[in-house]
Amino acid sequence: MTATHTKTLLDPLFESNPIALQVLGICSALAVTSKLETALVMCVAVISVLALSNLSISLLRNLIPNNVRIIVQLTIIASLVIMTDQVLKAYVYEISKQLSVFVGLIITNCIIMGRAEAYAMQNGPLDSLLDGIGNGVGYSVVLMATAFLRELLAQGSVFGTVVLPKVQDGGWYSPNGLLGVPAGAFFIIGLFIWALRSWKTDQVEAEG
Amino acid sequence: MEQYLNLAIRAIFVENLALAFFLGMCSFLACSKKVNTAIGLGTAVIFVQTVTVPMNNLIYNRLLSEGAMTWISPALAGYDLSFLGFLCYIGTIAATVQIVEMTLDRYFPALYAALGVFLPLIAVNCAILGGSLFMVERTYTLNESMVFGFGSGIGWALAIIALASIRERLQYSNIPLGLRGLGMTFILSGLMAIGFMSFGGIQL
Repeated sequence: MTATHTKTLLDPLFESNPIALQVLGICSALAVTSKLETALVMCVAVISVLALSNLSISLLRNLIPNNVRIIVQLTIIASLVIMTDQVLKAYVYEISKQLSVFVGLIITNCIIMGRAEAYAMQNGPLDSLLDGIGNGVGYSVVLMATAFLRELLAQGSVFGTVVLPKVQDGGWYSPNGLLGVPAGAFFIIGLFIWALRSWKTDQVEAEG
Repeated sequence: MEQYLNLAIRAIFVENLALAFFLGMCSFLACSKKVNTAIGLGTAVIFVQTVTVPMNNLIYNRLLSEGAMTWISPALAGYDLSFLGFLCYIGTIAATVQIVEMTLDRYFPALYAALGVFLPLIAVNCAILGGSLFMVERTYTLNESMVFGFGSGIGWALAIIALASIRERLQYSNIPLGLRGLGMTFILSGLMAIGFMSFGGIQL
């Protein structure tokens, strides 16, 4: 593990976060984050598909004809997603039902296509694998943070365990319903980006 | 007739693909800086969505689901190919986008030039694949899927055009530094999603 490898792996966490800076893979980031459990399963699925697709595309990069590369990439990714979907259905059926169409939508998750196109087509297998894992984890950081806040504030629980007892169950916490609905996810990610860009000011967008 | 109207209204407003299910967010956020591009992309989405959802409906009901191939030969009744779904839908979508692109280029060059780069982009827009997956999950019939495809396309186009119009106005506002661009767009979409939630009370 050399310094460049570490950089490839760790940079996507905060320096070039796929969600906050590259604007990739937003759809699922918002849709599956109302509960930590579904978010966690989604993260694992995305990390494995991303790492494997980067690896296999990088291995095949010299064999893929340039003008049909998009179709080839889509086919590889779709096959990996079908595998993931079957595994999820076999082992965590309940959660796979809750994720509904969003597992299938990993195919069109722009992170996967984006990294395949921008990184795996130009770099060797090991670098691509690390880049895949790094970007997957960077995506997961945002997803898990969002899901944590949403579940905690909207339902008073973490991973289904009650942390803040709700008023209707005889506790003291009055749940914030806004964060449970789709709109809440937009606000949290918006604020997350604000926080990240106030910390790393070079990521601020030029006014244009 | 009434049920189709209900389905269309639900697909456009209540279950808006962009603001209730967050589909097609990447292009929703990235291509909404100008109203003109938003209109171009929106039109392309309506078009492709109307074609691909019924097409995937046919593929699912005639080839992939369990016992679907009985019409070819009774011997095929036992096969269930639905696990190939993702691969087929994305193939159909990519192919349709390609065909639409070539047809427009040949017969409607003005429209083709207006849509430009957005047509190929649509192949990887999750709103399109999402539409097909919802169609399968909710077991729509062929007619219903036509209405659903058209309605959900309109809903998505409506959302991106509205967002682009707001963003054009925002150029003159004084937004905190870290929030400029992407951050502000997220919060805007959140506010719009709250607005669209009020359609949720409609009983159809």
